[in-house]
Amino acid sequence: MAQDRHNKGLIGRLWTMLMRIGPWTALGLFAAGIVFWGGFNWTLELTNTETFCISCHEMQENVYKEYRDTVHYQNRTGVRATCPDCHVPKEWIFKIARKVQATNELWHHFMGTIDTPEKFRAKRGVLAQHEWARMKANDSRECRNCHAYGYMDYSKQARRANQAHPKGFDEGKTCIDCHKGVAHRLPPTEQNIGAPKKAAKLETR
Amino acid sequence: MLTVLAAAALALSSSLLAQDRPQSLRGATPITGTTKVDQHQRGPDQGPIPRDYVQQPPLIPHKIDEYRIDLNFNKCMDCHAWSKAKEAGATKVSLTHFRDQASGAELANISPSRYFCNQCHVPQVEAKPLVGNSFKPVDALAQPGRK
Ligand code: HEC
Ligand code: HEC
Ligand code: HEC
Ligand code: HEC
Ligand code: HEC
Repeated sequence: MAQDRHNKGLIGRLWTMLMRIGPWTALGLFAAGIVFWGGFNWTLELTNTETFCISCHEMQENVYKEYRDTVHYQNRTGVRATCPDCHVPKEWIFKIARKVQATNELWHHFMGTIDTPEKFRAKRGVLAQHEWARMKANDSRECRNCHAYGYMDYSKQARRANQAHPKGFDEGKTCIDCHKGVAHRLPPTEQNIGAPKKAAKLETR
Repeated sequence: MLTVLAAAALALSSSLLAQDRPQSLRGATPITGTTKVDQHQRGPDQGPIPRDYVQQPPLIPHKIDEYRIDLNFNKCMDCHAWSKAKEAGATKVSLTHFRDQASGAELANISPSRYFCNQCHVPQVEAKPLVGNSFKPVDALAQPGRK
């Protein structure tokens, strides 16, 4: 008997289970699964739009205003990069991981950690460092979703770009190593001009 | 009669005033309207542009769109600072920029009076000069084949 059950295999066992709960219940469960899955992803997508990102005043008042001055908001061809394009991974598994992290940001939102421009400015260095570290660790994956260096035509790039890129990529550098502050203003940075700035020496390009 | 004269004088003086008043770059377009866009194409980036006189702030031979200079960060210094210039292939900020213009003292850092690079250094567009001029560089800077 025990031998028998073993021989039935996975399909057989599933079939027995199905018969036991009844095909309609099974179908219902299946449908519910789809609805939940869809609903889950739908909510996830809702929180993955520019409108959602700037629905909290922290973002609306600071980063969004700055971003509107940049090439990723408005440009010759009208192709844009929105907040989630750069800040939320496209692959499902990385996306979920980032969203779980984001619940911590919600906590800070309700605590009012950066709810005034002053508090935001004070925190900006730290926030920026986090994004740089994230992008450095994943080889600027979000930039590369749109810009693939394998397909860059250096002969069409401007003089400084076509000198920096092949050299940089050979040395194993990634986009964020050289392109900090593409979408936002940068935190205080010591640059040996004027009075020394009270801030960490941030390495840009 | 007197009132008519006064009105005429007023009209005349206000039209004179309107002429005297400096014109903004927007012209007469009200702030709520949009002005015509200048059709100026920027030429491609190039190497250093020859200078026409000895103390000339060199012209910027590359695009500077989105190169922000603000309290926190000066984008120009990202390539032109002495520590960055070699790697970026850019000209180092001039030695003269370390001097405090008021006291003449040499500073350890670049003088804050040089912070806003675009006060003196400007990029170029392909455009016909608005007015002609007959300026000629001194012999020492004259380049063969250049007007
Ligand atoms: C959603 C797609 C998308 C993503 C993601 C994206 N970009 Fe872009 N980027 C563009 C497009 C489109 C343009 C060109 C806009 C134009 O000029 O028409 C552009 C332009 C640029 C430029 C040229 C700017 C200029 O002044 O010409 C740089 C540099 C750049 N991106 C860097 C980055 C970096 C670094 C990241 C990652 C942090 C990134 N981009 C992420 C779409 C994207
Ligand atoms: C070694 C430093 C370096 C790295 C690494 C680097 N860039 Fe650049 N990039 C530059 C420089 C320098 C320029 C020219 C200056 C400018 O446009 O401000 C440039 C210009 C560009 C431009 C504008 C090109 C043009 O012809 O106007 C784009 C787009 C760009 N980079 C995207 C990227 C992306 C995407 C990555 C990552 C895959 C990347 N860069 C990695 C240094 C770098
Ligand atoms: C082109 C890619 C890109 C886009 C689009 C973009 N960001 Fe960013 N963001 C970055 C990078 C890169 C950093 C790291 C700091 C830096 O280099 O400016 C950053 C940093 C931040 C930070 C940390 C604070 C700071 O300024 O460093 C916040 C908050 C932020 N982004 C929010 C947003 C929001 C909200 C939007 C949409 C309005 C947005 N970002 C759009 C690339 C992008
Ligand atoms: C991404 C790096 C980079 C940035 C940012 C940059 N430059 Fe440059 N600049 C260069 C390079 C490289 C050259 C040399 C030209 C060449 O060979 O392509 C140059 C040349 C110049 C020159 C001409 C120097 C000479 O000897 O004639 C001036 C002036 C200049 N830049 C000013 C500026 C100003 C002002 C800014 C900020 C608004 C700025 N640059 C931002 C890289 C940069
Ligand atoms: C008050 C006007 C002024 C300001 C502001 C200024 N410069 Fe200059 N710059 C000059 C003049 C004039 C020269 C040429 C004579 C000299 O070397 O002093 C020059 C020369 C240079 C040169 C060429 C140096 C060489 O070796 O040939 C570079 C590069 C340069 N400046 C970069 C910058 C940068 C970057 C900034 C902003 C941080 C800046 N300048 C701000 C006036 C200015």
